[in-house]
Amino acid sequence: MSANAPQTAPEAPAPFEWHYPPIQDYGVIGDCRTIALVSRQGSVDWLCLPHFSAPSWFAALLDKDRGGRFVIRPCDFIDSTRSYIEHTNVLQTRMRSPTGTLMVTDSVSMVAEDQIAELAPEHEMIRLIECAEGEIDVEVYFEPRPAYACARPRLRNRGKLGWHCACHGDIAFLQSDIPLRQTAPGTLYGSIRLRAGERRQVVFSYCENDVGILAPLGPAIEHRVQATQRWWNQWCARCHYDGPHRDAVIRSALTLKLLSYCLSGAVIAAATTSLPEGDTGARNWDYRYCWLRDTSLVLQSFMDLGFYAESESFLAWMLHATRLTQPRLQVMYDIYGETDLTEKELSHLSGYRNLGPVRIGNGAHAQLQLDIYGDSVQTAYEFVERGGYLDRYERKLLVGFGRTVLECWRQPDAGIWEIRSDPRHNTYSKLMCWTALDRLLSLDKRIGLGLDRAKYQHELECVRVDIDQHAYDAARNAYVGYYGGHEPDASLLLMARYGFLAADDPRMIGTCRLIESELGVDGLLYRYPPGTAYDGVEGGENLFGICSFWLVDYLARLGDVARAKALFNRLLVLANDLGLYAEEFDVHSKAPLGNFPQAFTHVGLITAALSLQQAQRGRRGEEIKR
Amino acid sequence: MTPAAFAIMEILLWGLIATICMGAILFASQNLGWSRLDLPFLLGTIFTGERHAANVLGFALTILIGWFIAFFYYLFFAAIGQANWWLGAVTGFVHGLLVLTALLPLLPYMHPRVASEYDGPSARRRLEPPGFLALHYGYRTPVVTLLAQTVYGAILGAGFELVF
Repeated sequence: MSANAPQTAPEAPAPFEWHYPPIQDYGVIGDCRTIALVSRQGSVDWLCLPHFSAPSWFAALLDKDRGGRFVIRPCDFIDSTRSYIEHTNVLQTRMRSPTGTLMVTDSVSMVAEDQIAELAPEHEMIRLIECAEGEIDVEVYFEPRPAYACARPRLRNRGKLGWHCACHGDIAFLQSDIPLRQTAPGTLYGSIRLRAGERRQVVFSYCENDVGILAPLGPAIEHRVQATQRWWNQWCARCHYDGPHRDAVIRSALTLKLLSYCLSGAVIAAATTSLPEGDTGARNWDYRYCWLRDTSLVLQSFMDLGFYAESESFLAWMLHATRLTQPRLQVMYDIYGETDLTEKELSHLSGYRNLGPVRIGNGAHAQLQLDIYGDSVQTAYEFVERGGYLDRYERKLLVGFGRTVLECWRQPDAGIWEIRSDPRHNTYSKLMCWTALDRLLSLDKRIGLGLDRAKYQHELECVRVDIDQHAYDAARNAYVGYYGGHEPDASLLLMARYGFLAADDPRMIGTCRLIESELGVDGLLYRYPPGTAYDGVEGGENLFGICSFWLVDYLARLGDVARAKALFNRLLVLANDLGLYAEEFDVHSKAPLGNFPQAFTHVGLITAALSLQQAQRGRRGEEIKR
Repeated sequence: MTPAAFAIMEILLWGLIATICMGAILFASQNLGWSRLDLPFLLGTIFTGERHAANVLGFALTILIGWFIAFFYYLFFAAIGQANWWLGAVTGFVHGLLVLTALLPLLPYMHPRVASEYDGPSARRRLEPPGFLALHYGYRTPVVTLLAQTVYGAILGAGFELVF
């Protein structure tokens, strides 16, 4: 211990000066119902309860002064390193102070089948504290601000039951073997000096409209963390991917699993709302909902990795949750299939780094986006290809999708990028309509959907001709983003993936060249040309994570494995130290931007890795033949 | 049908109706966020720590206990020689007060899975104790409980008026 170190832990908190950490400073933990963002400084800055898209209890991420946080850190924090325990979503952060090192192990408990007999809180975040080296003053700062910081809960000390925090019908308990006291209404603080090897526990538990369940501290809590680790390990053991960068693929799969809602099978696009996609808040959106497109892609990735149960759950969710709109599909639903996701602004929150507005709900829910039919049918097609069974109702639903595509494919729409200007004929939407019809014909052949095959064949051909006539720019030898336009769109890299064109077709090669030349920056891609002309939204556009992974996928399909590998490696470096991605990369610094972590980008990583694996195997096969 | 058998049928019928109405009020107030008191769950967890089983078992126990208490209401009305809805409501209100002031605060000492504020939670005792007037389950809990018990009593009083 240094001579200058304090002899006792501080009695009162030093005045806190909170800052907004960079987005890459966050790690995530969760229980497949909700997600917490934990910063490098041991602060839980985002947690919504009881589920992903419910109001927040901690939202310092979106307002450092009002939002609320839950911090465990050394009083004299210097820096930290962190990692997940292998093949889990249990996060370990090692924080250094001048006198020692503190290790905080954060997890949200998962309940295994064999533990159901044990009464457990609805949600339980366990934070294990251990002095790893030296002697260290640790402080705990607990500032819950439920209902997006609109409510200030009453905190009551219940003695050995811990601190009780009620808000409307909800209740949370904070239990700890570190003494805590109320330093301001709705704020708890405690500090303690720990020596090497000493351990403490802090448990935050939550119940909605129910009798609270309390966890006894001590060995039982350690066992619950171990059980959570086992749960994640067992889940990962189902993954049969053995290709390159397995750890990165597993981390992406674990992140996607965190974003899936276990009670319904829905998968949300990201864990947060309103993290800015640029230097202004013009592009602040709420991504805590289930986009059918994103979910379909996630499920295709899960199937590719061997997680079949998740794809079955999603199909079941799609069947039941979309009942209100079938056979038409809405772009997004909430985790239970709710269709009204009206966008609102929370004016009392300043936004991440004061880049408001903070939005909840999403105005894009009412848009027409035709590509979602293709994504949904493609998921069902892959499910059947892998031996899955569709019952009579599911088949009927698919036929309904087909009917909608036949009726609507000639209409303009908002497209994959949810353009907020006037609807137009987006090439990617037409491509996915073509994909929907093509896969339905294949499914009909395989399991008998009772389609009017001649009509479907005819329309399939019409879509192809339509795309070739209106989206192909002969002068540039490339397909462009929308009919009548001249700009490329990175989503068209998927034309080869969906079988519309062969990867080595000169038009596909030309499209890729145009995308790389006009959308590429240091090898990474914009999704479309930056500026307001393409999407009609103010604020600068940045490099889009999944598009760069799509380029890897395309290059691998083309057989350009060396370039694909180089780009893939480059993208791996751009993840944060935990292997997590946001939606975009800053065009200059390449720092992550936008909601975090983002399912779409992690799907891209898995897709690209699988294509690379296949390409490498193919090349090896050819070498063996030679 | 003998008069005794008829009376038992009436008790069972009105006991069931009163219990269902009381349960509905408690259930609605729980889901509206007014109270976290979950009577079936508390009853079920006397016998099992498995949440789903506790809810199912607790529901059955709630009905059985509702019937059982309806017999005492019947005996009380028979003893005073009259029954009507307001007398039933007053009886139910007093019953509710007894539950809030005597029965629920004793729960940590009687219920095998309710934690005590003196000892803290243990591996077995994990349920939050109700506290004075069950205020730990939300500050509207006493009101909701009294309302539910009053309705229970009023329905029994009105039902038994037909018997006497």
